[in-house]
Amino acid sequence: MVSDDDVRYVARLARLKLKSAELDRYSRQLSGIIDHINKIAELDLKDVEPTSHVTRLENVFRADTPWSSVSQEKALLNAPEAEAGAFKVPQILEAGEQ
Amino acid sequence: MDFEPVIGLEIHVELSTESKMFCGCRVKFGGEPNARCCPVCMAHPGALPVANEKAIEYLARIGLALNCSIPERSIFHRKNYFYPDLPKGYQISQYDRPFAVDGRLEIVVDDEQLTVGIERVHMEEDTAKNIHAGGGGRIAGAVYSLIDFNRSGTPLVEIVTRPEIHSPQAARTFLNKLKNLLKYLDVSDCNMEEGSLRCDANVSVRPAGSSGLGVKTELKNMNSFKHLEKGLAMEIERQAQLIESGGQVVQQTVHFDFATGEVTPMRSKEFAHDYRYFPEPDLVPLAAGSDFVEKIRAAMPELPDARAARYVNDLGLPAYNSEVLTSSRELSDFFEATLAHFDDARMASNWIMGELLGYINAAGGDLASCRMAPAEMGKLLAMIRSGAVSNAVGKEVFAEMCKTGQTAGEIVAAKGLAQISDEPELAAIAGRVIASNPAQVEQFRAGKERVLGFFVGQVMKETKGRANPQAVNRILKEKLAG
Repeated sequence: MVSDDDVRYVARLARLKLKSAELDRYSRQLSGIIDHINKIAELDLKDVEPTSHVTRLENVFRADTPWSSVSQEKALLNAPEAEAGAFKVPQILEAGEQ
Repeated sequence: MDFEPVIGLEIHVELSTESKMFCGCRVKFGGEPNARCCPVCMAHPGALPVANEKAIEYLARIGLALNCSIPERSIFHRKNYFYPDLPKGYQISQYDRPFAVDGRLEIVVDDEQLTVGIERVHMEEDTAKNIHAGGGGRIAGAVYSLIDFNRSGTPLVEIVTRPEIHSPQAARTFLNKLKNLLKYLDVSDCNMEEGSLRCDANVSVRPAGSSGLGVKTELKNMNSFKHLEKGLAMEIERQAQLIESGGQVVQQTVHFDFATGEVTPMRSKEFAHDYRYFPEPDLVPLAAGSDFVEKIRAAMPELPDARAARYVNDLGLPAYNSEVLTSSRELSDFFEATLAHFDDARMASNWIMGELLGYINAAGGDLASCRMAPAEMGKLLAMIRSGAVSNAVGKEVFAEMCKTGQTAGEIVAAKGLAQISDEPELAAIAGRVIASNPAQVEQFRAGKERVLGFFVGQVMKETKGRANPQAVNRILKEKLAG
């Protein structure tokens, strides 16, 4: 069972603020997923490659050819604040913490 | 107590591809901010990455040059964290299925051959660039930050060594050798000042002779060889003192102020290692089968060891010369470019190792501080070999060429340095010298043959050192004998 603390921890990593009702709902949903994975883990899987992709495609590349980028003006259209051609964001770090 | 340092390096290399890792925006240093971006590298919704084939080729070159094995299949992962320079909220990187693993690089420190294991080499993308405003450039104290996405998505290769380096000097030697190798591979300009080669170090200490690992700290962005060596030495000293005084090393990232020697913790590691990696669904796996690897291997540029062997076998150079010449890509290229204009490899290598390296060391710079083109050096050597200028004058001209970038012909003409081999002219000068020194002529004829040196000296003085010495000797002997 995924505990409320586990959910709070993951929520913090994902920058989510959860209400206590949501905490309960997500811990049940996440537990369901983990239970399902544990069920799969009961099988003998030692010769089975983990599935990371389902398309069976591999080595899809693009040639190293530059294209035209968007203009600085366009790039900054989505910026709530801009200065000197750059995105302006709040102070990033307090001393000693991330 | 004696402590042994244990150091592992993480090196990030920006690849010198034309375009970014997952989109076609141009890769370049500097310029107007946010002028080389697009929906992919700014993470607009719905934009999808496609891997740059050239970058994968460069990645493979690095892996092979570091003697790694290349697993048949590797995949990209998302490394999730929040920071304004990371628009997607994750960095595309590789995790448990990296491109290359288990390599090694040999280095020589104090005449001792050491092997440093390479744990992995993997592909990722660089982040955007932060400009911290209002706090003197340091992150702490900044009032706000400015973000430039030009660098976002630049192909970045991470090379991780095993913790098998045991001195700051060995760390520096390793990084130097790696940088040189990368230059031979033509995969990066390795400009540390511009951040295209960056080095982080994990360091711990343990009682000498023991085999466990102590608690490590991480030094970020040692952005020059000097900083790497000095930063490691300072951190090792700090850890040793801490332990000796009964304290404990705390696992953290530390920042060094090289001016004051002060150590400050940079960020808490509490959440830093929980990146919730998962396979990147937008990029398909890389399948580097043996055909793929062999194709890359066949197209690999010549590496320093192979070049050195070629110099010995094909050009007949001594092993030592070959090693010195190939110790830097630039020097080796200069040597080969000179040979395109002058066919005596031994003579060219002697002049490069003596005069050119002498000039560079005295100038305290690198090859870029020499303005002489290899073709011009070749022409000068040809003039020296033919006797058009003397050896001594040649050295003077060589230094002048390095300094000014003028050609040998220009300098010789401007300073009147051409060697005089003209027989009648030399005979006339010799005649004058003999006529005005009768006492010395007496001595010579009385059997004191070393007086010949006096006459040669007088002729050289008259000609400001430009007389061909062999011709002068012969002419003087003939005249004095008569």
